[in-house]
Amino acid sequence: MTTRYTEDHEWISLDGDTATIGITAYAAGQLGDVVFVELPDVGKSLKKGDEFAVVESVKAASEVYAPVDGEVVAINDALEGEPAKVNEDPSGEGWFVKLKVSDTSQLDGLMDEAAYKDHTA
Amino acid sequence: MTGTLFKTPLHALHVELGGKMVPFAGYDMPVQYPLGIMGEHKHTREKAGLFDVSHMGQARYRGDEAALEALITADLSAISAGEQKYTLLLNETGGIRDDLMVSRPDGEGIFLVVNAATKDHDFALIENATAGKGELTRIEDRALMALQGPAAKDVMERFCPEACKMVFMQCGAFTLDGAEVLVSRSGYTGEDGFEISVHEDDAERIARLLIDQPEVEPIGLGARDSLRLEAGLCLYGHDMDDTRTPVEASLIWALSKTRRERGDFPGADVIAAQIEAKTCQKRVGLTLSGAPAREGAEIASKDGDVIGIVTSGGFGPTVNGPVAMGYVDREYMQPGTEVDILVRGKARPAKIVKMPFVTANFYRG
Repeated sequence: MTTRYTEDHEWISLDGDTATIGITAYAAGQLGDVVFVELPDVGKSLKKGDEFAVVESVKAASEVYAPVDGEVVAINDALEGEPAKVNEDPSGEGWFVKLKVSDTSQLDGLMDEAAYKDHTA
Repeated sequence: MTGTLFKTPLHALHVELGGKMVPFAGYDMPVQYPLGIMGEHKHTREKAGLFDVSHMGQARYRGDEAALEALITADLSAISAGEQKYTLLLNETGGIRDDLMVSRPDGEGIFLVVNAATKDHDFALIENATAGKGELTRIEDRALMALQGPAAKDVMERFCPEACKMVFMQCGAFTLDGAEVLVSRSGYTGEDGFEISVHEDDAERIARLLIDQPEVEPIGLGARDSLRLEAGLCLYGHDMDDTRTPVEASLIWALSKTRRERGDFPGADVIAAQIEAKTCQKRVGLTLSGAPAREGAEIASKDGDVIGIVTSGGFGPTVNGPVAMGYVDREYMQPGTEVDILVRGKARPAKIVKMPFVTANFYRG
């Protein structure tokens, strides 16, 4: 499994041609308590850079962008009742969507863990 | 950080406590501490929170009170020693310039507390209007902090039991742990609590003393906003401004009855006409589920017509859902009316509700 990071603080974990996407602990920390996550419909087609979700904290809404091209094959329904999962476990139970990735080589252009750590240092 | 932000006397304390500092009304203020907005909000409603509101404008007015009264909606002669009133500064067309508290905590004329963002403007206005008749003294060497929540009285009892004899909207001059303080039993959260004005030299010591109490947590501006929103309280510059009258803002109660009868405040005829006509928009509360509606979101009728706008909105941690305040055309103002709010281009079902969203806990004795 390969995990990569974007400059906008999303993480993407690729397993075959399915990728799980969420926001990083850094982003969740910056946002504060998450109160609502707006997710796309299953089946939606995304291009890299498209806004596909909105994370709401008490005071503000933040957009989340697709790190790669793909089709939404699953969304994390648990976030509807428990948005706090994004703060509690951003890289695990706080995942947002699963994408069927059309071009896995798009991940090569993203940061690995070391590079992301530098980015947020 | 840009330019020269002002610092309150508690700035160093905020930083030491891990406050996330942001610019607000020209000051470097804590929006939250490590507990976070949700935690701080809930703690205030369950126990007690201490807020630094030193950025607000404090002043003293001495002299011809009629000259000051002419600018506001309160009946100053009816405010006895030890009383405080919420009032409005109006312009010539009845538009609201600011909301403020006026009080008589001691024998030294009127004590005023105005909003941070408008204080320079308000004080200049008052100084010009009362020139030669009275004197406004801007108080620049005092901090202002608010201790709010059901446990606030237990904490006050420890250090200033005299203040606990007051009921909501009473005020006085006391000693709190050796510091000379002006205290009012009021606040901006809908909970019982006290606002404490103290000299800047005593401010940090008193703040530390209060925060050290087991019931008390320091609270930032983020939770201050979510608390007041749930309490249905207006935020000047958002829920009212100089384009809104007290009639539209549902603040007719802030016009003293005698002043209304005399019609001797700015914009009195505009306001009287609005009360008579009953056609202007009205400020209402709204609830919806899912994504919160935020300031600027359009409110639409079920037929799709735009009928109003959200002026404050967010997530209410105690309500555990989105809450909002806004203005709607008069026909839609009744609690229970179903409307839509446009959030990110989608019409989300919402309902007009009575405010406050959370029952108030003011101490009436």
